[in-house]
Amino acid sequence: MVTAGKRNWLPISKPTRPTGKERQQTMIESLFFYVLSGVLVLSALMVISAQNPVHAVLFLILAFFNAAGLFVLLGAEFLAMILVIVYVGAVAVLFLFVVMMLDINFAELRRGMGRYLPLSGLVGTVMLVEFFWIFSKWTSDTAAVAPHMRHAPLEVSNTHALGQVLYTHYAYIFQLSGLILLVAMIGAITLTLRHRPNVRRQEVSRQVDRHPKDVLRVEKINSGEGVS
Amino acid sequence: MIPPVFVAPSLAVAFPLIFLAGMSLMLLLLGVARKTEDFKSVNNLAIFSLLAVAIVVARFSDERMEGLNGLFVSDPFAILMQIMVLVGAAVALSMTPRYVERERLMRIEYPILVMLSTLGMMVMITSNDLMTLYLGIELQSLPLYVLAAMQRDTVKSTEAGLKYFILGALSSGMLLYGCSLLYGYAGTTNYTALQLALTAEAGMAPGVVVGMVLLMIGIAFKLAAAPFHMWVPDVYEGAPTSVTAFFALVPKIAALALMIRLLSGPFENMVDQWRQVIIILSVLSMAVGAIAAIAQTNIKRLLAYSSIGHVGFALLGLAADNAEGARAVIVYAMFYMVMTAGAFAIVLMMKRKDRMVEQIADLAGLARSQPLVAAAMTIIMFSMAGIPPLAGFFSKLFVFQAIIDAQLYALAVFGVIASVVSAYYYLRVIKVMYFDDPADEALDRSNDPALTGVLTISVAVLLFFIILPTSVLTWAREAAAALAQ
Repeated sequence: MVTAGKRNWLPISKPTRPTGKERQQTMIESLFFYVLSGVLVLSALMVISAQNPVHAVLFLILAFFNAAGLFVLLGAEFLAMILVIVYVGAVAVLFLFVVMMLDINFAELRRGMGRYLPLSGLVGTVMLVEFFWIFSKWTSDTAAVAPHMRHAPLEVSNTHALGQVLYTHYAYIFQLSGLILLVAMIGAITLTLRHRPNVRRQEVSRQVDRHPKDVLRVEKINSGEGVS
Repeated sequence: MIPPVFVAPSLAVAFPLIFLAGMSLMLLLLGVARKTEDFKSVNNLAIFSLLAVAIVVARFSDERMEGLNGLFVSDPFAILMQIMVLVGAAVALSMTPRYVERERLMRIEYPILVMLSTLGMMVMITSNDLMTLYLGIELQSLPLYVLAAMQRDTVKSTEAGLKYFILGALSSGMLLYGCSLLYGYAGTTNYTALQLALTAEAGMAPGVVVGMVLLMIGIAFKLAAAPFHMWVPDVYEGAPTSVTAFFALVPKIAALALMIRLLSGPFENMVDQWRQVIIILSVLSMAVGAIAAIAQTNIKRLLAYSSIGHVGFALLGLAADNAEGARAVIVYAMFYMVMTAGAFAIVLMMKRKDRMVEQIADLAGLARSQPLVAAAMTIIMFSMAGIPPLAGFFSKLFVFQAIIDAQLYALAVFGVIASVVSAYYYLRVIKVMYFDDPADEALDRSNDPALTGVLTISVAVLLFFIILPTSVLTWAREAAAALAQ
């Protein structure tokens, strides 16, 4: 798709012998790839194993950053930016707030772990082996994939390329996503909003409307008589 | 595939979708502006707009039309399924007002969420791309989670919402993983292009098969086919009854339509791979539906298990993989809706001293206190069990015909056995109504004309289908024929 960047994924034409400089470039690329994905996997492990929930969220942020790095390697700078802005900037920070405000006892949540570990471990191992098997035999329908995998022209930036299709070819999908967000909003309000009658609230318009003439009265009080 | 120059697609094909979306937004504004929560008028307007959209859809041309840049497709199959979903949602809404009034659930968001969910189902049915499929499923399910948890002060309802939400998220994950594997192989998410790429040789690639199976599992969760049915009884029991009626009536039809669309479109050439999955889903669902329902005492749970069993029978028709099979599934879905609507009308009528009751034992003595309602329930239960000459018998008959044509004799035998076993608990309901002594006072008489109306129409359709079967069958045949193109 258009988001594919400078790396050519599939050898569409016959690959030529790489020059020295190109070989160096691929080496640096793979070095970055392994560092980023290694840290990503490790921090993901830490997210679920850290004792302190605040640490877990901080590792989650580290994982997001590394994933963003992987996107940059793929040439999808826009997705990388969105990942950092939305997930790190908003979602993870909200998480952090919630974790700090709610006193969740994570040791309590983990209590059933020992009981479920053998079964879940078995299921997990079976799935892992299956996925290794899939990817060891992975093939692509090269003829069908090639036309879709061409990268955007170099002069068009990543963000520009996404914008070009998002509001035109995929306008339908874009609108549907908007509706889904609307549903999420209605849902959140429906499930949490409670109207409480008899609560004293500040009503600014009423405060502004008040006029001294209507509410104040000047009395002349003779000494020794008091206010009636 | 992206054409170099963008030509704005005609929006006319998506008119029903746009209209429904616009109406739900209008009603939302109306509800917000009129601060008193005027539930009844919003509900009536919602019913009106659902039916209006159904009429617009029915007037669509019979040709196959792709639109909106290949993301949308309309053909007789999509039209029929959309009409079923829209009418089902309207029926479910028409049964709600009295119930929500009694349960203090009169919130204008209720009909609006139902409308938006129905919109999601229409998107699913008319999808021609894996991306539209996923967004349709999400738009359909999100309102359902909220509706299930609507009665937020009762533990059961919130539990139902949470359970539904978590399993829904799990199923979405599987579905998306399947989609990504398919995209990785074929480089496209468009159904038509996938159909060309996924040939019989593609079926040899393990990634493609795993992707397809994960996609089918994601839909099986929405269909509530065993072994992905764990959430159904709890959600049906915990959700407010009028919401349960909606759950039972409509979302399954959309999921079934999506399954048929995928299996006869993109996966057409991979029959050998998907047939075993469908057979496993179908056999397990029939078994769960027949056996687990026997021990139930709550009528909502009983209907939940019965719906799992019905999904099993419907999938049996898909396993046949012939035109007969597709037609049988469509007919099955139609009569399933009719029977379920009637059954839930009766469940919504069940109240004693103005409080809802939902145990099967509460029906005891109904034959004496309200003989007509008891007779209607008897007809619906007989039809669900598949006893001739009711419509439920014919829908099962067509399914069995289709799989015998496909020479899947063992499956046919299993289906008949499951059908006989499940007849036990349907007949038990009838026995309770006619022969058991009531432990408590008799149930209140229902004074809701909407419930009586739905029940009457449902029973009439079940009884008189045998007299006028042709129009329904022609519809279903045309829809099934459109799929084969």
